Amino acid sequence: MVTLTIDGQKVTVPANSTVLEAAEAAGIHIPTLCYLKDVSQTGSCRVCVVEIGGRLQAACVFPVHEGMVVETTTPLVRESRRVTVELLLSNHPQDCLTCLRNQNCELQRLTHELNIRDVRFQGVRTHVPKDDSSASIVRDPDKCILCRRCINVCSDIQGVDVLAARERGFETVVSPAWQAKLAQTACTNCGQCVLVCPVGALVEKDDTAKVWDKLGDPDIHVVVQTAPAVRVSLGEEFGMEPGTVVTGKMITALRRLGFDAVFDTDFSADLTIVEEANELLERLDEGTLPMITSCSPGWIKFIEHQYPELLDHLTSCKSPQQMFGALAKTYYPEKVGLDPAKIATISIMPCTAKKYEADRPEMRSSGYKDVDVVLTVRELARMIKEAGIDFSNLPEGEYDNPMGISTGAGVIFGATGGVMEAALRTAYEVVTEEALEKLEFLEVRGLEGIKEAEVDLQGTKLKVVVANGLGNARKLLEMIKRGEAEYHFIEIMACPGGCIGGGGQPIPTNADILKARMASIYDVDEAMVLRKSHENPSIKVLYEEFLGKPLGEKSHKLLHTPYVARSRFGALAGTISEPESEKEKVAAAKE
Amino acid sequence: MEVVANKCQCEALRAKDPRYKKLADIIAKYAGREGALIPVLHEAQEVFGHLPPEIQMLVAEGLDVPLSEIDGVITFYSLFTAEPQGKYKIGVCLGTACYVKGAGDVLDELKERLQIDVNKTSADGLFTLEVTRCVGACGLAPVVSVGDDVYGRLTPDDIPAILEKYIESEKNSNA
Repeated sequence: MVTLTIDGQKVTVPANSTVLEAAEAAGIHIPTLCYLKDVSQTGSCRVCVVEIGGRLQAACVFPVHEGMVVETTTPLVRESRRVTVELLLSNHPQDCLTCLRNQNCELQRLTHELNIRDVRFQGVRTHVPKDDSSASIVRDPDKCILCRRCINVCSDIQGVDVLAARERGFETVVSPAWQAKLAQTACTNCGQCVLVCPVGALVEKDDTAKVWDKLGDPDIHVVVQTAPAVRVSLGEEFGMEPGTVVTGKMITALRRLGFDAVFDTDFSADLTIVEEANELLERLDEGTLPMITSCSPGWIKFIEHQYPELLDHLTSCKSPQQMFGALAKTYYPEKVGLDPAKIATISIMPCTAKKYEADRPEMRSSGYKDVDVVLTVRELARMIKEAGIDFSNLPEGEYDNPMGISTGAGVIFGATGGVMEAALRTAYEVVTEEALEKLEFLEVRGLEGIKEAEVDLQGTKLKVVVANGLGNARKLLEMIKRGEAEYHFIEIMACPGGCIGGGGQPIPTNADILKARMASIYDVDEAMVLRKSHENPSIKVLYEEFLGKPLGEKSHKLLHTPYVARSRFGALAGTISEPESEKEKVAAAKE
Repeated sequence: MEVVANKCQCEALRAKDPRYKKLADIIAKYAGREGALIPVLHEAQEVFGHLPPEIQMLVAEGLDVPLSEIDGVITFYSLFTAEPQGKYKIGVCLGTACYVKGAGDVLDELKERLQIDVNKTSADGLFTLEVTRCVGACGLAPVVSVGDDVYGRLTPDDIPAILEKYIESEKNSNA
């Protein structure tokens, strides 16, 4: 421990602390911009400068030492911060009123906090066109303040490495290689960059207008599904504590918005488990092992680009969103007597990658686009606000039948380890034909990056492992490649924490908020009467009335999917048509 | 639509070009070492003259370095170029003395005659146009260098004849 003085106050902190951490411990606020705990500590923006021995130092990276004297509000410090922010603003489009991040923008907040009312600098502005090529994410480099958080999260945490800083000085732009568009790259659409962007330079593609159009069309029967992780985060958009469970209010809000049927993705999560557990048992007899889950579309795009040689390891089961979509335009209209052509399926997801998933050409097994529009949690919140609904005071609603019935196993899909736990609850009972005594598999819960467990299915030892965050997924895949992975079943979710940390979740999302959302997910599970997917009465009826049996013919047509081998360079690989030597020959021939 | 890398036809063509063998050797020499990227790019540029997308991808695969990082390094350092370079490098001095003596007009004339911007190469592959800081020949301002030759006290009117000289000599050497 070392003791230092900050603004005349003695503080004792661990020796490896930064000045910023020491100040936080002393309850002294130092403004920051590029710094983001656990993600980015580059010391590049210089907003957090403090005075130490007459010199300005970046508090977020400067290490403490014994007897250090730190001043955080001297004239030198205040003027330096002010100039830094004014310079940022001089090259920032000041269109806050119409910006998607208005009122939740760190640059806006900082400008206000530093009481900046006038920008003294005017000059040339950089201009790089907006990139809206991706189904999930929109990049607006003009709003970028070059903090590099997105680069760090994309490379250090996700290991996807799509974004980097190119050019230098005033010309610097954060961009994919060669200024390519996001859709041309190996971007997984996970949206972690959107979660960490302090401004509106990286945002989700807003699809709310498409949903308003469907809701406004009296000929269309609009069905909505809500993902497990949405009910524990949506409240944050309305000022509630992280982790507040708002399932009932969300259902009521959706009805008031005009949705004709409000269903639950937890229903199709239960269905996924029944199909997937049966596939696992089949593979344990004969087939490629380890088998890996496929619920997370960011993860799917990652393996397609980075490890196409391992695609056989993926379960062929579609994600719960897409299973729901396929049934919403086949089973559901058949049951209630509607024309599937007049049905629109909307999903509310904690995820930006789900937008891309819904657009995949494989996802049309009903004969229509199975899921028409995907909204993130943030977009749904915007619609609720636009409609003037007083969310906090809404009465509790209930999901509709039959696709709103679910079990606790469905809801835990929202957290890392949840798909595994749900699958184990079912696999155990299918294999042993005995009731599972203790439903909780605590080894696979929690925010740790990689979690292993061994389960005894009465004689059959099942070795399983769970990874969250694509950087951790890569570690497991490298093990498989080297032949060192002696697992039977692997769950992978693209985002840290699983869907509770998805790229479509409220901003901010950080470790403390993840813990609160995760605790609530397991609370919801515990409060359910039914907690095993195969006990879901609606799923039983679905098999009796429509599907036949798990892995049956109809299941294969509607609920399973192939995958696509892609290049690690994405579509950029296709832009290289011929080797250099050939190009030169062609050029020579022309002359 | 996304295209999966299809290398088959390229491999055969590359096999005939000794430069790709050299590139493979360079990558093999540095692979696994820390800080390998910059020396590899440096030597690769010596072999190919520039670092086009295809070469960047081969380096990315060979060293297992992200393409975005390679592009970031190439665009950061002025030493590296992804554009093909002309046979003759034209350097227009924009140091203070040359600038006040009208180097700007000389540069505009070069852009107009060659139909290119700064840091680009003419369509015939002969000239790459660059600007330089003070070259230390202020007495001759404004100064332009072409390859190893230096021309001083220039006006825009001198430019056509200078360019013509290199174009002519190129024609003669090809004949």
